[in-house]
Amino acid sequence: MRLIGSAGPLVSWGWVSSHLGAIASALGQHVELTAIAVGIGFAIALPLAIAAWKVPVLRPPFVAVTGALYVVPSIALFALLGPLTGYFSVTTAEVALVSYTLLILIRNTVAGLDAVPAEVREAARGMGYTPLAELVRVDLPLAIPSILAGLRVATVTVVGLVALTAFIGQGGLGQLIIQGFSTNYNTPIVVGLVLSVLLAGVADALLVGLEHLAVPWSRARRRT
Amino acid sequence: MSFLSSVFHFFATASSWSGPDGILVRLGHQAELSAAAVLAAAVFGIGVGAMLGHSGRGGFVVVNAANAARAVPSIALLTLLAIQPAFIRLKEGGFLVSFITLFALAVPPVLTNAYVGVRNVDADVRSAASAMGMTGAGVLLHVELPLASPLVMAGVRTAAVEVVATATLAAYVGFSDLGTYIFAGLATQNAVETFSGALLVALLALVTDLCLAAAGRALTPAGVSAKGISRRRVGIGADASTVRPPERVSPAT
Repeated sequence: MRLIGSAGPLVSWGWVSSHLGAIASALGQHVELTAIAVGIGFAIALPLAIAAWKVPVLRPPFVAVTGALYVVPSIALFALLGPLTGYFSVTTAEVALVSYTLLILIRNTVAGLDAVPAEVREAARGMGYTPLAELVRVDLPLAIPSILAGLRVATVTVVGLVALTAFIGQGGLGQLIIQGFSTNYNTPIVVGLVLSVLLAGVADALLVGLEHLAVPWSRARRRT
Repeated sequence: MSFLSSVFHFFATASSWSGPDGILVRLGHQAELSAAAVLAAAVFGIGVGAMLGHSGRGGFVVVNAANAARAVPSIALLTLLAIQPAFIRLKEGGFLVSFITLFALAVPPVLTNAYVGVRNVDADVRSAASAMGMTGAGVLLHVELPLASPLVMAGVRTAAVEVVATATLAAYVGFSDLGTYIFAGLATQNAVETFSGALLVALLALVTDLCLAAAGRALTPAGVSAKGISRRRVGIGADASTVRPPERVSPAT
């Protein structure tokens, strides 16, 4: 027997099985919003990081701007972007999400490039590499572990933030959470919470796997 | 009237600031809620983290559990607590569920940083302190914690910025604070109200960040360099073989 006003069992498997389609589509939208944000963020961050690495004067302004963007709460950022890109638009959601990835991705990429040993770069130049070839074939590959560490933090962060885009009308697991709250029913919130945590874990594990594939030499070194 | 002049008009009107639904009252609510959560999390997180770091036992498990807990979206925890009958019946239910959510959000960064900071104190320094006759508690209070203070304060700063940001969401479950402008504005398509509330929230977050950065510098004992220690700090998504993520690990909301 249930008390009046109870929010139902923590998980009603009946509800879950009768809403599998809606749950799957919310999860799909969540993945899509996350992938677009991290993808665009990386496409913007990589050239900016290379520029900041080559031209140190650019670093303080980059850090200041991306750092300030990072501190602004996302729900406020959605609202501040509203007049420019529309209050309930996917553009607003993505612009805000991308802005959160920039600080993490730029810092980690620059740190990775900074850590390339000077002797290695000299050897590359001594072997006749042009600056571009050295960047593509020596510097960036050596920075991959650091870049991927940044991608992992950015991805896990964005997975968490995407839930809030439901407030500006976007899909994703946040819709389940809002639905559960407005109907006073536990199950959709618990499903949204659990899937969000699982998604972050799976994305993180995939990026760790990618690192193993992309940087075979780090495995070899660890083994010895 | 253009959009920005409407926003200006909102801030220039005295009645926007006063009364139970005014800016000052709502700002006060958000500050109180945030301060309560950060203080509680600082006491708990520094206490537990420092003791684990001092004893060196069980810390790895606790820190990893704390970091895993960070993947739980605050909005899910907040709404889940808010619809429980026990909280609905309480008069201060909105404050209480928000406080619990924000406390849960703030503990992991504080605890992790306190643990790593204390753990990373040079073993030679520790044995020198013991050899001078200091007790375990004395070593922790007078040697390890002061040396760890840059990291500890960085953790508190991360937590505070996340908490102030996430306190905005408390408005969604009926706690009146600056977030109320944003959610009410979104619900009624009142762009001026939403935008004005967002400006206030963004400012509050930036001011919090700057204040705690200053507090961190003020509380760092002379002679302790923030740099040497912070290079070794741990964050999510990084292990000892990778470069550290930025100081502030994730925006909470």
